[in-house]
Amino acid sequence: MYIRATGNISPQKTFGHLPLPEEPVAFSTNRLACIEPDYKEFIDVKLIRRMSRIIRMGVAAAMECLQEANVKVPDAIVTGTAYGCLEDTGSFMTKMVEFNEELLTPTAFIQSTHNTIGAQIGLMLQCNHYNNAFVHRGFSFESALLDGMMLLEEKEVSNVLVGAIDEITNISHAILNRLGLYKQGNVSNLDIFKTLTKGTIAGEGAAFFLLANEPSSTDYAKLEGLKTFYKPNGIEEIRNNISSFLAEQSITIDDIDLVITGRNGDVRSDEIFDQLEQSIFSNNKTVNYKNLCGEYPTASSFALWLAANIIKTGNMPAVLGNMGSTGNKVKRILIYNQYQQIHHSLFLLSAC
Amino acid sequence: MSQPVFVAGAGVISAIGKNTAECLDSLENNRAGMGHMHFFDSLHRDKLPVAEVKMSNDELAKFSGLSNTKSRTAQLSLIAAREALNDAGIENLSTLRTGFISANSVGGMDKTEKFFAEFLSDNQKGKLRDVVNHECGSVTELVADALGIKDYVTTISTACSSSANAIFFGARMIKNNLLDVVVAGGTDSLTKFTLNGFNTLMILDEKFCQPFDENRRGLNLGEGAGYIVLVSEKVAATLKKKPSAILSGYCNANDAYHQTASSPDGTGSFLAMSGALKKAGLQPTDIDYINLHGTGTQNNDIAEGTAIKRLFDPHYPKMSSTKAFTGHTLGASGGIEAVFSILSLQHGIVYPNLRLETPMKDLPFNVETKFTKNIEVKHVLSNSFGFGGNCSSLIFSKV
Repeated sequence: MYIRATGNISPQKTFGHLPLPEEPVAFSTNRLACIEPDYKEFIDVKLIRRMSRIIRMGVAAAMECLQEANVKVPDAIVTGTAYGCLEDTGSFMTKMVEFNEELLTPTAFIQSTHNTIGAQIGLMLQCNHYNNAFVHRGFSFESALLDGMMLLEEKEVSNVLVGAIDEITNISHAILNRLGLYKQGNVSNLDIFKTLTKGTIAGEGAAFFLLANEPSSTDYAKLEGLKTFYKPNGIEEIRNNISSFLAEQSITIDDIDLVITGRNGDVRSDEIFDQLEQSIFSNNKTVNYKNLCGEYPTASSFALWLAANIIKTGNMPAVLGNMGSTGNKVKRILIYNQYQQIHHSLFLLSAC
Repeated sequence: MSQPVFVAGAGVISAIGKNTAECLDSLENNRAGMGHMHFFDSLHRDKLPVAEVKMSNDELAKFSGLSNTKSRTAQLSLIAAREALNDAGIENLSTLRTGFISANSVGGMDKTEKFFAEFLSDNQKGKLRDVVNHECGSVTELVADALGIKDYVTTISTACSSSANAIFFGARMIKNNLLDVVVAGGTDSLTKFTLNGFNTLMILDEKFCQPFDENRRGLNLGEGAGYIVLVSEKVAATLKKKPSAILSGYCNANDAYHQTASSPDGTGSFLAMSGALKKAGLQPTDIDYINLHGTGTQNNDIAEGTAIKRLFDPHYPKMSSTKAFTGHTLGASGGIEAVFSILSLQHGIVYPNLRLETPMKDLPFNVETKFTKNIEVKHVLSNSFGFGGNCSSLIFSKV
């Protein structure tokens, strides 16, 4: 199946289908915030006012994706979000506690449900088709993507809009900080792979993809395969999963031009990537992406967007560092992501 | 791809019983589960009846084996999912590719609420153990880990249709040859968050709910969990007991009308039901019983009823909403009602729509008011419709 179009709102300048700038946007905090577009081009002004930030980001990324694909109404809409609409959830809970379960209004509650973004997209497009929402931590996006891929396999649809959305709020950031997820003190996203300290940096984003059964002249890439594995028991099981995934695709690791890894700068979990780069990936060129978008449960959607863009042009964007031009076009990319050493996923993309 | 998917086991816990046998007994004897709040607490305790599982958190923890520091939602889930797996009695489970696909609406919110009140006064306060399993997916993982399932684990949350979507996503994973066995369904416990949320929408009934009644006033919230074990044809052939049903049809459609309200003509409901019939290769006249979504709100019941009229007129199957027994269990409802639908097929029974006084004037059909047994039930349609216009229907058929 083919990635026909994308839409991505992230802490980098990814929205609007412009070439990636050479320099990454730098943040001097452990919280990377999305660069939000002018929503008026994509959403009715009256609706924008009612929507919370994550809904706006999700809907705008979806609309940009559909516009690029020149698809008015997709055959299915599937979203993934680990945390859902946190701002609305936090707002309703705060009022509930402060006013002791009295004087509450429904808006925040209505928008807090995890299917709100998919539902809002369906509502705006008057799309009566299949609409599903996955909410499984570091597998939220992968599950949504698998659903979309199965719908295409089953010939139930000819295209499907799949996306992932997660936001950081003051409340969630404070709680996740206390849980020890993030680096403390002076932090720069540009240095997370050099500092060798515990913790990562918080990220967020909204990335949508239009997948189609049939190729078109404007496709980004072919999505060859997806695999997830849960709580693997050690590095050997991880390596076996990678090998068997490649074998299922009838290729070997030598056929991969580029590996995009889910390194997030936390020494505790990056050790996995060190070990893989010394073994199974030892002859591969590898790049990381979480310095650009931060760490969040659906960050792999940013990686898929990045991979699709690299394959479309065949070139490595300068923003990925001095891995730059190699002469050879990048035709096949493996993404290996992991979230909190629990959720591991593999994506394989190739040139059309 | 078109291989059938069988139901090998079922498990349920709700306000009317802590297992399948108890729930069935309550259904047969008109025992509804609503009442005053006993275990759950809210400012609205004297005003709003709820359908609680009749066990404290400590009792549930003892029953489930999970620590009582874990969400009630996870406790309920583990109890029902384990019953379903035991019921299926698959001997060589560890050699099969097994998945756990669960649904819930607000994850570990019951514990988060405890955390949040303290956190608000000082963001360094509140026990982290109460918030660490807030995510919907965390609740699923607590249960998957306790069951020893790791080949595929995921969570769906599409409001009140969540479990129905989890069930048929599981079936599709079997059809796509990605898994052999799937435990699928959903869970939700009562939380202040949802109770207050529904209260702001003014759709909670201060009396016991009366689904499909002309004078219905709203819904009662409930809690519970319901799971079924889905297996491939190959696994079904190895089972000691005959599978209880085939999941023959399913469809997910979107009403695309309003974030919380259903369209007056029930477009989404109509599309979900007709899509499920098409998938099953059945005609409306083949359906013997519809387990209605039937929440008891003005809006849902007329929308659902109108869609049924459009699809079934003039040959109406028997119909009832078992939410009159269990309350509306939100993310769990599709799972609990899938179990009730399968029991209907297995035992040849149809449940009463309790407390019906005045049939709805605008609908040309009546719902069941009595428990019926010793009839042949070949195909049951189960409806689950939710916020965001998410409408899903499942059809279970006799093997």
